[in-house]
Order: sequence, then structure tokens, then C-alpha cells
Amino acid sequence: MRISAPRLALTSLFTLFAFNSAWADDVQVAVAANFTAPIQAIAKDFEKDTGHKLVAAFGATGQFYAQIKNGAPFEVFLAADDSTPAKLESEGATVKGSRFTYAVGTLALWSATPGYVDSKGEVLKKNAFKHLSIANPKAAPYGLAATQVLDKLKLTDATKGKIVEGQNITQAFQFVSTGNAELGFVALSQIFQDGKVTSGSAWIVPAELHDPIRQDAVILEKGKDNPAAKALVEYLKGPKAAAVIKSYGYEL
Amino acid sequence: MPLDASDFGAIWLTFKLASLTTLLLLLVGTPIAWWLARTRSWLRGPVGAVVALPLVLPPTVIGFYLLLALGPHGFIGKTTEALGLGTVVFSFTGLVIGSVVYSMPFVVQPLQNAFTAIGDRPLEVAATLRASPWDTFFSVVLPLARPGFITASILGFAHTVGEFGVVLMIGGNIPDKTRVVSVQIFDHVEAMEYAQAHWLAGSMLVFSFLVLLALYGSRRGKSAWSSA
Repeated sequence: MRISAPRLALTSLFTLFAFNSAWADDVQVAVAANFTAPIQAIAKDFEKDTGHKLVAAFGATGQFYAQIKNGAPFEVFLAADDSTPAKLESEGATVKGSRFTYAVGTLALWSATPGYVDSKGEVLKKNAFKHLSIANPKAAPYGLAATQVLDKLKLTDATKGKIVEGQNITQAFQFVSTGNAELGFVALSQIFQDGKVTSGSAWIVPAELHDPIRQDAVILEKGKDNPAAKALVEYLKGPKAAAVIKSYGYEL
Repeated sequence: MPLDASDFGAIWLTFKLASLTTLLLLLVGTPIAWWLARTRSWLRGPVGAVVALPLVLPPTVIGFYLLLALGPHGFIGKTTEALGLGTVVFSFTGLVIGSVVYSMPFVVQPLQNAFTAIGDRPLEVAATLRASPWDTFFSVVLPLARPGFITASILGFAHTVGEFGVVLMIGGNIPDKTRVVSVQIFDHVEAMEYAQAHWLAGSMLVFSFLVLLALYGSRRGKSAWSSA
């Protein structure tokens, strides 16, 4: 079938308007990198159930902080920690009283090679690897938790020259998944679905080895008049979202 | 000044990386540029295009493919492992390789322009005086192409100093090995250490301006790229 250019343009334009009016309430969300997979699953249900559209940007929490402070158009912020949303709140950049913990993260020691990581994490003590990948501990809560685990296990000195840092948890995962690092500390949500580890081998790190990775959400100043922002926050607190969040290995 | 030891470590590392990269690029880039300037082969187009690719590709693309190629499952990584060298990702060597690829056009193109501008005549004259091709190259071409070499060195050095995406993808942020200034600035910003970020970023801005001023200011009326 041949379609003339002007006609195609007109159709595209019409489609664009049609979509716009159907989803009049978009909500711009800044999402911590570790929550990428769950929010994509939640977004589908959210759009179906409420008619609002969720537009997500993924990145490191510290980076989002800088962007939000400098006028980024985000309306809801799903952070990887609890201190950044609290900081934004104390600086008056959020809607008062909107802050809540949407998930508690679980740390996992993971290798892309099946059988490489044992179920007790003994592989760390054997120290036979060349590179151990973690997220940047200064900027990413999962990275900080990883260093706390190494501290607790008294392995900080032994692993010092072997640690490679990803800028966020996604990159820490990428170093392991491409085989460049034999193993690394990642978010369980990255390798976990429907109650089991999807590939490679992993040790789910016991929660007492590090401070809890409390992930807080908050409605930002820019979202205060957007009903979709409020709807999203309510949706995240609901049972349907909770089931999805849990299925990716988070606690609530 | 709130810069600490890790900041100075990053500055020194960046200087080392840029110097070594520039040196290697002059060695590798000169024959490539010479060939591109003189050849009539049909390969001239494709090779020129490959050399210019880093000008248009996002550093993330180059970094991503380097991460795969240099890694233990990649063809280069397999080769280096077979040679007993291990893999070079997360190492200074890896950054040098990445930087050579990334800054290649900034060295090759000014050199190629300089060589082209010399033309056939000086080479023919040298040949009639029975100068060997090597002799011609060192006694005639090199002195005539000197401005091109200066431009190429400055641009290659400066562009490597400004590298970020490739390092981020294959570096692993290791202090004194792969944590260069641009990554250090990114770290400071992410950790909300804005004072340190300002000092480093400001120094970088001043440095870059001075380098470009030296380049453009010293050769008024001539473009930095066509350097004859």
C-alpha cells in the first residue's frame, strides 16, 4: 500500500492528538535504577487500571537529586534510599506528608556463571576472583550496603584491589552480566522474578549484614497539582503493586 | 582549596592517560593519515569513515562495544587471555586502548589535511634529488607538516582529557587506575559534594579554554583543522 507523505503526516498528527487526549494526565517519575523492572510491570497495570500514563526516567539517586534541585520536570521520585527524599523534604522541594517507604531492597551476591556463587557466600572468603563489582558506595545505597557487608565479614582489606565500581546498580550488574567481573553485589530485583533467581548463581545476603536499604518515594513540588501523581503514590501503596514489588524480591 | 588526595590522583592519572594516548596516536595516526592523504585505493573512503566514526558515535556506543569486545567473551578479550595477558577491562591499559580509538579522528584528520596540503611537488623534487622515500618523509614532509602535528597533538590530548562516556563504561572507577577527572567530577556531583565538584570542574574549564586559546590564538586567520 502506498501512502502519500502529507497524508501520513496528517495521520501521525491525528494519532498524536488522540493519544494525548486519552492520557491527559501523564506523570513524570524519576525512578532509582534498581527499581527499573518492577516499575515497568507496575506501570502497565497502573495505566490499565487508572487511565493515567507513567513516564519513567531511570538513574542514580544522587544524580536525580541534582536534577530535581535544578528544575527537572519530575513529579514523583522513587529513590533508592530514604535520606535523599528526606533531604528534599527538608529543603521544601516536596509535597509535605507525601513521603513513604515503597520497598525495602535486598542485596545479592551474583555471578552470571551457574554454580559460581554458593548459597552461603563462601566464594567471597575464598577470594579466587579477579574482580568484584559493586555500585558506587558514595552515591548508591546498594553500593554502601555492599561495603558494609564486606566490613562485617572482615573482607574489606582482602578485596580492596579487586573492587570495580559501577556508577549505579545497573552498571554494577552490567559488569557481571558481561563476564568482565566474575561476581558482584547487585539488587536482588535485577536477578529475581516470581520467587526465584533467573540466571547464574546468587547468595541472597542476610539483612543483618547491612543497614536496611529503605527506598522512599515522595511527591515533588512539580507534581502537587497533578492528580496522576497522587494516583500513582496511592497505587504503589495498594495490594496489586505490593504483590509485584514482592515478586521482585523486595520486602515491604 | 577543598581538593583532596583522590582529586589530585585523578588529575595525575588523566594527565598520564592523555599524554600516553597522544603519543600512541601520533605513532599510529601518522601512517594512517599519510596513507589516507596519498592513496588512490577504493579503500580510502571506508577507512576514512571508520577513522571518523568516533566523531559521530556516542561514547556509550564505543564504550559498550569495547566492554563486550575486551571482556572474557569478546574476540579481543579471548585473544589477550590466550596470550596470558588476562583481560584489560578495568585497567589503565584498557583506558589507553579506549582513548586511542576515541580520539583517533582528532589526530588523524589534522595530519591528513597537513599531508594533503603539501602536495606532490616537494615530494617529486626530493625524488629527483635521489632522496629515498623515508628520507623524504623525515626531511621534507615532517617539517612541512609541523603545524598539523601541533594541532593533532593538542586536539588529541585535550579530547582525551575530556573523555567521559568510554571511561565510565569500561573503567570500573578504580582510584589511581581508571578514575579520571571527568569521572571524579561525576562522583562528586552524585555524592552531593558540590564544593569539590566546582573546584575540579572549574579547573577543567580554565584548562580547556587555555588549550584552545593556545591553538586558535597562535595561528590567527588559519583554521585549526586545515593546517598547512
